Amino acid sequence: MNLPATLPLTDTASGHRLDFLLVTDMVEPGSRVLDVGCGDGALLSLLRDRKQVDGRGIEISREGVNACLAKGLPVIQGDADTDLADYPDDAFDYVILSQTIQATRQPKVVLEHLLRIGRRAIVSFPNFGHWRVRFELGIRGRMPMTENLPYSWYDTPNIHFCTIRDFVELCRDVGAQMEKAVALNAGGQPMRVTLPWWVWNLLGDQAVFLLKRR
Amino acid sequence: MLVDAAGAEQYRLFERTNVSAESMSFAPLASEPRSQVDDPSSLVMRFGADEPLMMDAGIALAPWQIAYQTYGTLNADKSNAVLICHALTGDQHVANDNPVTGKPGWWLTMVGPGRPVDTDRFFVICANVIGGCMGTTGPASINPATGQPYALDFPVVTVPDMVRAQAALIDRLGIEKLFCVVGGSMGGMQVLQWAVSYPDRVFSALPIATAARHSAQNIAFHEVGRQAVMADPEWRGGRYLTEGTRPSKGLAVARMGAHITYLSEVALHRKFGRNFQDRAAPTFSFDADFQIESYLRYQGISFVERFDANSYLYVTRAMDYFDIAAEHGGSLAKAFKGTPTRFCVISFTSDWLFPTSDSRAIVHALNAAAASVAFVEVESDKGHDAFLLEEPEMFAAARGFIDAAARARGIA
Repeated sequence: MNLPATLPLTDTASGHRLDFLLVTDMVEPGSRVLDVGCGDGALLSLLRDRKQVDGRGIEISREGVNACLAKGLPVIQGDADTDLADYPDDAFDYVILSQTIQATRQPKVVLEHLLRIGRRAIVSFPNFGHWRVRFELGIRGRMPMTENLPYSWYDTPNIHFCTIRDFVELCRDVGAQMEKAVALNAGGQPMRVTLPWWVWNLLGDQAVFLLKRR
Repeated sequence: MLVDAAGAEQYRLFERTNVSAESMSFAPLASEPRSQVDDPSSLVMRFGADEPLMMDAGIALAPWQIAYQTYGTLNADKSNAVLICHALTGDQHVANDNPVTGKPGWWLTMVGPGRPVDTDRFFVICANVIGGCMGTTGPASINPATGQPYALDFPVVTVPDMVRAQAALIDRLGIEKLFCVVGGSMGGMQVLQWAVSYPDRVFSALPIATAARHSAQNIAFHEVGRQAVMADPEWRGGRYLTEGTRPSKGLAVARMGAHITYLSEVALHRKFGRNFQDRAAPTFSFDADFQIESYLRYQGISFVERFDANSYLYVTRAMDYFDIAAEHGGSLAKAFKGTPTRFCVISFTSDWLFPTSDSRAIVHALNAAAASVAFVEVESDKGHDAFLLEEPEMFAAARGFIDAAARARGIA
C-alpha cells in the first residue's frame, strides 16, 4: 500500500512548493546562497526572484544542471559527499540542503561541511518518525513508500533516513545551534511552535531547520 | 584545435581513405598554404613598426599581423561580440570552408545560424593565433630584418601572447567588452587567460575540455612530436622554407602520435578494432595491415598539406608553458580573485588528455574566488575530440549558458 502524497505540497496560489517557501522565508535578502542538491533550480530561482540572492548550486544529475544553466543559474555538476570539501570556509551566508541529506553517504560529514562553508545552514528532510511511517513499519511490517518517495527499499537513493529527534541529536553532536526549526504537517502547514518535540516527531511530515555554527 | 580543421569530417572521411603504401608518400605541396601565410584569404589586421606586440619572451614583435574571420553583425552598442579561440592546429575559418583544405569550417556544430553561438544574434570573431601559419605572424612569415622566413628566429610564443594579440585586434575593432569568449583545448586555455588578463572585458567565458596548466604527460607527448619534426633531415634546423625542403615525414609522425591522444581507447576500438585494411590476413610486412594504421597515416599525410612544421613547434610550446597559477603565487584562485566574469566549464568523461579533474581544478579555484561558475561533465566515449563533434549534451549546456548570459547582458 502506498501512503498518500506527502511531499512536495505546493502553494496553490503561487505554485511553489511549501517547503521552498518556508526556506525562502529564512533567507535574508541579497545574501550569498549555495543550494546543495539543487535539482532543476526551482528553489534557487525562487530565492533569486524573491530575495535577490547571489545563488549557486551543486547537482549530481546532468539533466538538472542543464535545466539550471537554461535558467541562468551557476550550478556545478557534482556530488555533495565528495565536492563540499573543496569549498573554502565562510564562502556563503547560507548553505541549503533541501530534501537531500537522506540521500548522502555521510550525512554527518556533509552537515559539518555545510556549517563550515556557510555562516548558516538550512536543512530540510522527510521525517521518518511520522506516525504513518511507524505504522507501516511497526504494524504492517513493511518499509514505507510514498508517492513522492516511491522507491522500494532495494533501489532507493534515500539511504540515511532519520527522524526529527535523530536530527536534533545530530545537530548537538556537530555543535550546531538551532536558530529555527519548523515541522510541517501532512497538509504542508507549519505546526505550532509550542508543541513538544515528541508531537512534532509523530505528526511532522517533514522538518526544516535553520542552523548556525556554535 | 587539436583535431584537423573539420576533424569530424575527416573522421568520416576515413571510410573513403586507403593509405596502405609501404611507406607514406607525400604529394608535392600546393602553394596554397604558403600564400595563406603571407596574404590570407580571410580578413587581416596589420600593426606597424610603432605598434609592436610585446611578447613574454621579452621581444617586441613589429610589424605584425593577425588574420581573422567574422560572422554576423556587431550591434549598435557593441555588446554582442563573441570571440572563438581555436585549438592547437586550428585556424580562423571556424564556420566557413577552409581555403587550404576546402573542407567545412571546424566548428560548424557550435557556430552558425541557430547554433549555440548563434551568428544571427552575435557578432562572432575568430583569429588565427600568433605563431600560427594561416595569416597571423608566425615562424613561416617573412622576417623584415632578413627578407627570409623567421623560422626559429621567431620568438617563442605563449598563450598570454596569443591573447594579447587578440586583444589588440578587439581594440582595433572598437569593442570594449566581449560578450563571450569560447574555446576548447588550447582555445580553452586562451579563454581562461582572457578572463585572467582582461577580467573587465569578458562578460562570460566558456572553456571546454581544457586545463589551467598543461600536465607533465601532455608536455611529454608534445616533446615527442617536436622531436619527430626536428629529427627529419628535411627540417634543416628549421630553415626548410629557405632551403626548399619540407619535413613532411617528421610532421606527419608528430601528428599521428598526437592524434591518438585526441581519441579514446573505446572509440578506437569501436571504429577500427583489430580490423584489417582491405585484406583478409596479415601480410607479414610493415605495410598498414590494420585499419587504425591506415587511418593514422591518412591523418599524418593530410595534416602536413595544411600546416607548417615550425608553427607546430611553436604552438605546442605555448601550451607546454601554460600555467596560470604559476604566475599568481601558485594559487589558481588568486588568479581569478574578484572576477566579474560568469563561467561555464565543460569536460568529457572519456577525455584523458584534458581529464575532468583538470576542469574540476578550474571550477574549485573559481569557487574559492567566489566567481559565478557552472560546470558540466558530458558523458561521451569520443575522447578529447568530443568537443568538436556532435555532442547534444554539450550543445544543450552551451546554449543554456549563452542564452541566459545574453539575457543578463540585455542582448535580444
